[in-house]
Amino acid sequence: MEKAVKGALIAAGAAFIFIMLILPLATVIVYAFRQGLETFWQAVSEPYTLKALQLTLLTTVIALIVNTVFGIAASWAITRYHFKGRGLLTTLIDIPFSISPVIAGLTFILVFGRIGWAYPFLQAHDIKIVFAVPGIVLATIFVTFPFVSREMIPLMQSRGTDEEEAAALMGASWFTIYRKITFPHIKWSLLYGIILCTARAMGEFGAVSVVSGHLRGKTNTLPLHVEILFNEFHLTQAFAVSGILVVIAVIVLIVRNIVEYKLEKGDER
Amino acid sequence: MRTTNTRTKNRRTKKTHRGKMFAALLFALSAFAALTGCSSKTAPTDGASSAAPPAEDAAPVSEAIPEGESLPASEAPVAESELKALEITNVSYDPTRELYAAYNEIFAKHWKEKTGQDVTVTQSHGGSGKQARSVLEGNEADVVTLALEQDINELVTGGLIESGWVGEFPKNSAPYTSTIVFLVRKDNPKSIKDWDDIVKPGIEIITPDPKTSGGARWNFLAAWGFALDLYQGDEEKTTQFLKDLYGNVTVLDSGARGSTTTFVENGQGDVLLAWENEAFLSLLEHPDDFEIVTPSISILAQPSVAVVDEVVDKRGTREVAAAYLEFLYSDEAQFLEGQNFYRPSNPDILAGFADTFDLNLKLVNIDDDFGGWTAATAKFFADDAIFDQIYKQ
Amino acid sequence: MGRVKAKGIIPGFGISMGITVSMLSLIVLIPLISVFLNMRGMTFAEFWHVITDKQLVSAYKISLGCSALAASINAVFGVLLAWILTRYQFPGRRLLDGFIELPFALPTAVAGIALTTLYSDKGWVGSLFARAGIKISYTPAGITIAMIFIGIPFVVRSVQPVLEKIDPKCEEAAAMLGAGKSRTFFKVILPEIFPAALTGFGLAFARSIGEYGSVVFIAGNIPYKTQIAPVLIVSKLEQFNYAAATSIALIMILFAFILLFGLNLIQARIVARSGGGE
Repeated sequence: MEKAVKGALIAAGAAFIFIMLILPLATVIVYAFRQGLETFWQAVSEPYTLKALQLTLLTTVIALIVNTVFGIAASWAITRYHFKGRGLLTTLIDIPFSISPVIAGLTFILVFGRIGWAYPFLQAHDIKIVFAVPGIVLATIFVTFPFVSREMIPLMQSRGTDEEEAAALMGASWFTIYRKITFPHIKWSLLYGIILCTARAMGEFGAVSVVSGHLRGKTNTLPLHVEILFNEFHLTQAFAVSGILVVIAVIVLIVRNIVEYKLEKGDER
Repeated sequence: MRTTNTRTKNRRTKKTHRGKMFAALLFALSAFAALTGCSSKTAPTDGASSAAPPAEDAAPVSEAIPEGESLPASEAPVAESELKALEITNVSYDPTRELYAAYNEIFAKHWKEKTGQDVTVTQSHGGSGKQARSVLEGNEADVVTLALEQDINELVTGGLIESGWVGEFPKNSAPYTSTIVFLVRKDNPKSIKDWDDIVKPGIEIITPDPKTSGGARWNFLAAWGFALDLYQGDEEKTTQFLKDLYGNVTVLDSGARGSTTTFVENGQGDVLLAWENEAFLSLLEHPDDFEIVTPSISILAQPSVAVVDEVVDKRGTREVAAAYLEFLYSDEAQFLEGQNFYRPSNPDILAGFADTFDLNLKLVNIDDDFGGWTAATAKFFADDAIFDQIYKQ
Repeated sequence: MGRVKAKGIIPGFGISMGITVSMLSLIVLIPLISVFLNMRGMTFAEFWHVITDKQLVSAYKISLGCSALAASINAVFGVLLAWILTRYQFPGRRLLDGFIELPFALPTAVAGIALTTLYSDKGWVGSLFARAGIKISYTPAGITIAMIFIGIPFVVRSVQPVLEKIDPKCEEAAAMLGAGKSRTFFKVILPEIFPAALTGFGLAFARSIGEYGSVVFIAGNIPYKTQIAPVLIVSKLEQFNYAAATSIALIMILFAFILLFGLNLIQARIVARSGGGE
């Protein structure tokens, strides 16, 4: 009986993943190799592709670091203390999720762009933010902003604060409490948050597209490069370049498995 | 014995944990500082001519400075000229990338011969309206080469381009043109010959939404031009014709490229209304699956080019920017445009492409038949104008 | 187990709160407020006219309806996936686990094109349904599928850590007291993971409402039938009408904000009722 339930549940889950995730992925791969290995390789090794890859990696790393720092601070502030407006704060953090990517990009245009209020100042000091790399980084941070904190908040909330309070009463510092009490409990959430954030930062298209200006070799990230190839009637190449993103995702997956394995080993001790 | 052993081990891992976390934090802070700091760093340098830091990790800084950009190695010009190498940006629409990639080479050669100066052109492509907006919002384009005159007019409204730009270059600043044609499946199974064939019940049409794709407005106007001719100027009947036409549209993609994918890759619909050059590109990708049908009447689609005054004045690139657009009319460039399936505006060179293009097609045009873009936009594509009325239930 | 006002006991309030609020303001709030300042040239009547346009209202309905459906499906399958990934050992588990984030890594346009191809009546899956006379691509069903795709990771990754942390002893205790497997699940485990599942649902829902890139390809985009609200934002922008575009955006953000706020309140209440850490 129990076995049957287990089997059925696994089958249902696997079927869902197969239809919703693996088949679309297979479609991408089939398209990528439709015109043979050579076309694929050409698309992938083109200098503009490599340039876009560089920019994507840079953007992802910065977004990841910023959002992790924010995530740790925010989840701590929100779950460890009682204060008025806590629910509001949590919801405000979620806002970037609910904003259409088109508008997310527009927000930065309306601050730093030619029609934005900060533009005269930026012009006077010859600083470029939108239609340059800083804008792309900002837009990416924006869309991935809630990930890390959002992963940790529910867990920290359901765990309560008793242990930390006890430790605090014994005079432990914040860092000690976090490292010894909080971190072991939330490390999985933190890990998932970081991975979600990485994946999303890499793949983000909509918001970045608005602030990028699509300057080839300068402000094109991989997803933008994909779109440009697509718009130029190079569907095969577009899918080939998306293949790079899938490969990075797989690398992230492997790294994650290694980290998980190490953490699990740490748990067993 | 064993317990102490594990304990020390444990402590060690913890220590490294702490070290790692601390390092991560430090890294984070410094990165954040670098990110915000670079803005203040650029401040005192004023005038962007100082040598750009080539380091990759300082990308945000170097982006702020036009000179010294590291281009992909294969395209970096050999900088040996005594004159400072020039760099201009051409903000264009899809899918002109290949045309301009080839054109940039012949222009660079031309410019080098003429002035001895190197010039590199950075390209940018996207939907025409979106590209125009990005220039309006601060994307520094020296020249724009867009699909619609109207998009450039928005830049005039925004104060970037002086009015009168249309007269600055020959042929209303449209060095090449195109038109709207039908792409049908091989052997034309539904025997589609003209516009009145596609409004028949049971024909499925794929065309982009003129509200989200500026380029798609030409499609609408071409059909309007045909129907108005058919009904001898009766606008009511013409509107009904368009209503029937859009009633047959099964997928109204947000952009021209989306429509092509829907028709070509996903096998939807019987006919795709497309720009002639894009229809040829689809044929190039799938030579055996499709045919181009040219209707009896279509529209003269004129992609427009202009120098962005505000930017060239600021960057001091007016001369090269104007030459860049001027050279689009040279025989060499006109021939290149024909090869990329745009109709050259020079009639002699166009005649050389008689095998490719149907030159007997009757073409209506935006100025004579629709009173210019501003009037056409207000009449057809503004909110609650004719296009919206067509879909009102 | 009386809850003490915690502020002041646990250290780090100042710094964590400071980082949170300042980063939130710099990156999210200030830019957002700028967007809405942009609407100041508009009168209320104009604003009202824009946001109550018939075509837009029908687009809201499609966006909200499909998002709600997609998020519900994701909630069910998300909990299921989290459950099998944490509780069962089976070949390919790690692989399955790794696939969860893929929807994020794939550029939305690519995902959209791939899904459309797959579910069109000529595609691998779509052709099966086409035989039964069901169209998926270019219908609301297609929109829902694209929204499911982009929302998969949210629920799974919210529920998974909670499940990993639930003490197996609770389940064992329940089992020893004679509760059946399903009873244990519904009485012991479900209440524990409910807040997390709710979070995941809310996030998936919010993300689907605003999504443009992947949905726009699979939606037929026919006004009043398969047009989603973000398309109309783009359409306003195409007319260089920033104020109208931001008005629509404001309404959509309000929808999402109310929803998320509601969910956060419910979640907080559940946590409070269960006493916060037993």
